Amino acid sequence: MIVKVSDNMISPLGMSTAENYAAVKAGRSELKRHDGLWNLPEPFTASLMHREAINEMATQYHLDEAYTFFEKMIILSAAKALEPTDIDPSSEKVLFILSTTKGNVFLLDKHETGFPQERVRLGMAAKQMTDYFHNPNTPIVVSNACISGVCAQIQAMRELESGHFDYVVTVGADVQSVFIVSGFQSFKALSVEPCKPFDANRCGLNLGDAAATIIYTRKDQVEDTDWVAIRGVIRNDANHISGPSRTGEGSYRALRAVLGDMSPDKIAFINTHGTATLYNDEMESVAIERAGLSNIPVNGLKGYYGHTMGAAGILETILSMQAVDDHTILATKGFETLGVTHPLVLSNQNQKTDKRAFIKLLSGFGGCNAALLMAKGGEL
Amino acid sequence: MMQHTVHITPESVVVDGKVLNHQEKGAALLTELYRKHIGDYPKFFKMDTLCRLGFVASELLLQVEGAERFVPREDRAVVFFNRNASLQADTTYQATIQDPENFYPSPAAFVYTLPNIVTGEIAIRNKYYGETLFLVIENNDPDIISRQLENTFQDPQTQSILGGWLDCTDENHFEAQIFLIFKS
Repeated sequence: MIVKVSDNMISPLGMSTAENYAAVKAGRSELKRHDGLWNLPEPFTASLMHREAINEMATQYHLDEAYTFFEKMIILSAAKALEPTDIDPSSEKVLFILSTTKGNVFLLDKHETGFPQERVRLGMAAKQMTDYFHNPNTPIVVSNACISGVCAQIQAMRELESGHFDYVVTVGADVQSVFIVSGFQSFKALSVEPCKPFDANRCGLNLGDAAATIIYTRKDQVEDTDWVAIRGVIRNDANHISGPSRTGEGSYRALRAVLGDMSPDKIAFINTHGTATLYNDEMESVAIERAGLSNIPVNGLKGYYGHTMGAAGILETILSMQAVDDHTILATKGFETLGVTHPLVLSNQNQKTDKRAFIKLLSGFGGCNAALLMAKGGEL
Repeated sequence: MMQHTVHITPESVVVDGKVLNHQEKGAALLTELYRKHIGDYPKFFKMDTLCRLGFVASELLLQVEGAERFVPREDRAVVFFNRNASLQADTTYQATIQDPENFYPSPAAFVYTLPNIVTGEIAIRNKYYGETLFLVIENNDPDIISRQLENTFQDPQTQSILGGWLDCTDENHFEAQIFLIFKS
């Protein structure tokens, strides 16, 4: 069985999992409107890190100005996840997997001259992290659009299952930039107000900075209190490179396969992608209905953090584990009136649950979809 | 078990070890291969270089496989690896936002700024509903690639993988070294 050893998340809401969970449970968000930031002609709403806070913490970890902001984020998150463990990150039995879509893409701007150009390569950004920890293995970078964070966890589970490594440090991150914000604006995918997942008046997504880490290991005997990564599935819509399938094809197939022989009665909630774009949320409601899971509560966390891209799948998995441990289904912040055609059980208030498993669902450009089933050891 | 291979560079095309004749080089080579060997998929001309390369290479591979085409299936995964992710598309998009006086962010360019778009293009063309994945590693390391592909077969529905190395830095510099691999 693959179990979680440790985790961390760094976001505008806090530098640890505990701080982030407490903030989300209290309904806080750092989504703010930015007018004229980075000389962008149009305003946008995003959840952005205070760079000074990261730089201050980076100094404590001997990360100087030779590291980019993105590299500081991934190294700090990995370091903080490793701290409470006795794992030796320099061991050849430890693998690092990085989930990111755009890494150091800001280096393509011809005015950015402070760093070697090669660091725009995702493998080189990841190597800054493995070099920092003196890890001898080539880091694997998962760059599979918005589902990268779940794909990275699936890769981690497989690497452990096949016995190649004893521990996998799975880090997901993206930091916002002119490149990403202008691109989503050109797609008309951004809302200038805080996003409203699944709401009748939803009008697009918000973007966010974050880094998140889960460390996994393999165990023959699991304890009731262990978090077990049971199964992960990736499926394609085979329909369109930038629009979700109207039949929710890939998400439906991923949901059906990920559940396996687990009874839906044991699932506390499905933590959706819930970007608050018109098409994504509608597609997810179709997929959940087709999979026969409409009676299971769903929630979405983009109203707290925006879409954190490469971090999202890991960050949202961590918060969902925290919530189940706290017997809570987290509120879908920003949601008021159901605005998808297939009914979903959804609330903007925290709810109670005694169930001890959940599904994390994601979908992304390239028609890709992923689902991950997580459960407490006692449920198996 | 590996069956069938395709290797494309700006100067050469080799299918199952046999050299394929052609006149053109670089970007024009991919268009020549499309016109000579495919020809019925005009969406090709919208694609960025990484997608054109992956599309043409996968078509040549599936033509020599000889199995019935375009039948919906969930048992085949598409898993690619490279060093430069979507660098060529990223550079093209960056040019549309570099100059604040001439700022025209292009959605048609932005959509290709993710390396896994090519896996989606191949899934759409072939009605593949299975796993699609893009991994970035610094070097074309056969040990890492075969380890990842073996791992992919842990999904019990996956019986074969269309995968391998697929990299480009600009429209004239690229390499595809792809294959079909079946669960043993």
